[in-house]
Amino acid sequence: MTMKKIEAIVRPEKLDCVKKELEKVGVFGMTITEVKGRGEQKGITLQFRGRKMEVDLLPKIKLEIVVKEEEVDKTLKTIQESARTGKYGDGKIFVIPVERSIRVRTGEVGV
Amino acid sequence: MIELAIDSGDTAWILVASALVLIMTPGVGLFYGGMVRRKNVITLITLSFISMIIVSIQWITVGYSMAFGPDIGGIIGSLKYFFLDGIGFEAFEGTQIPHIVFIVYQMMFAIITLAILVSAVAERSKLSGFILFGLLWITVVYCAFAHWVWGGGWLSEIGALDFAGGMVVHISSGFSALALAIVVGRRRGFGEHSIEPHNLPITLLGAGLLWFGWFGFNGGSALAANGLAANAILVTNTSAVVAALVWICFTWSKGKPGSLGVVTGALAGLAAVTPAAGFIDVKGAAAIGLISGILCYFAMNLRIKKGLDETLDAWAIHGVGGAWGCLAVAIFSKESIGGYSGLLYGSTELLIPQVLMVVVSIVYAIAATFVLAKIVDVLVGLRVNEEEEYVGLDISQHGEVAYT
Repeated sequence: MTMKKIEAIVRPEKLDCVKKELEKVGVFGMTITEVKGRGEQKGITLQFRGRKMEVDLLPKIKLEIVVKEEEVDKTLKTIQESARTGKYGDGKIFVIPVERSIRVRTGEVGV
Repeated sequence: MIELAIDSGDTAWILVASALVLIMTPGVGLFYGGMVRRKNVITLITLSFISMIIVSIQWITVGYSMAFGPDIGGIIGSLKYFFLDGIGFEAFEGTQIPHIVFIVYQMMFAIITLAILVSAVAERSKLSGFILFGLLWITVVYCAFAHWVWGGGWLSEIGALDFAGGMVVHISSGFSALALAIVVGRRRGFGEHSIEPHNLPITLLGAGLLWFGWFGFNGGSALAANGLAANAILVTNTSAVVAALVWICFTWSKGKPGSLGVVTGALAGLAAVTPAAGFIDVKGAAAIGLISGILCYFAMNLRIKKGLDETLDAWAIHGVGGAWGCLAVAIFSKESIGGYSGLLYGSTELLIPQVLMVVVSIVYAIAATFVLAKIVDVLVGLRVNEEEEYVGLDISQHGEVAYT
């Protein structure tokens, strides 16, 4: 069975919403990490007394979710829609092939 | 008035009490700091220190004189004591402590009152706007209130009582916070996604410092080291524990009794007993604590239900608690403690003065704060822009990060 790993970088305040929407489409398993990152806008530039101050690495949440190939599309769509605000800094989603997966408790492969 | 001799015991106690009240201000900062998101914790604590700085300077120049200087028409004190001119080591009238000790002690009250008000602008305040607003507010609202009831103004003339600042500190900061929060507006994201406290141990530490300092706040308001001071400390502690117990019951009945509810309940009891601490016995204190626990709990839930972002509940706790306490003075005062009798002991003499004090101070605090906040908002702005708020005030206002 082909498995894919979805890595989504989203706004921290959107995590609850993303989780809730994923549960609605039957995706429960996930691992999350607090991360910092930047995109093409190089973070946020603040004006301070005419000087510029760059805050380039902003806090984000990284979700790692491994799903069966046929569930990839709905998972991607759900994350994209629920994490979106429409402003710069909404994040990115990557899909990565998974060679093998093993459940530690039972030793089952491909789950 | 006859000038009494200085008493070293009284003086020592009020000096210590001044330090106890001082530590409450960073205590408020820590209490607030733990309840906000990690990107704003430095700012919330720093605003307490900012309050110390701007209010201290205001107090030694014009503030003390406006609050406690010779009365002008019952409204405000004159500037006779500008820069504390002519004040020495002689006894403050009616007490056996030097006049300057009284000035120091009162300064600590003014400082913490502004620090409590920070609740209304938490996580969105612009530093320059807060400094300007703070200076204006402490002058227009705090000094007037202190003069009205403590400095020989019209409220003291009609017989209103406020032992340690239920009106001067708690109604003033609480109801002003309500008006300020309305002018400033909600935090971005409020009501859309959950905004959780980031560090409750800091909040609990702050609450501990507040409780500790409150012994100086209420006990020191006897202005002497005597039985009245001891009674004030006992009733203060009693009201705090009863109100905390009420909150434990409420929160436990709906799930688990969270630590934040425990200390918030205690603060409700502390705020409510403040105006009454010199007039009631422990039974009165237990009743005040019980009712303040209930009232403040429902006030907080009402505030949340209404979608009002008076962020850290200065209104629900200090405002509502303080108002209830001022009214409770007219009910539970016992002659053998402070020389006044309330309804429970068959006297109605305090009823009208206390009700009038509560109503007028609430109206004045809301109206004056609303006008001052609007003025400052137009002149320098009270809140940061969207991106500064998103990045957090620690970086945008101070250029620092709390946790690296």
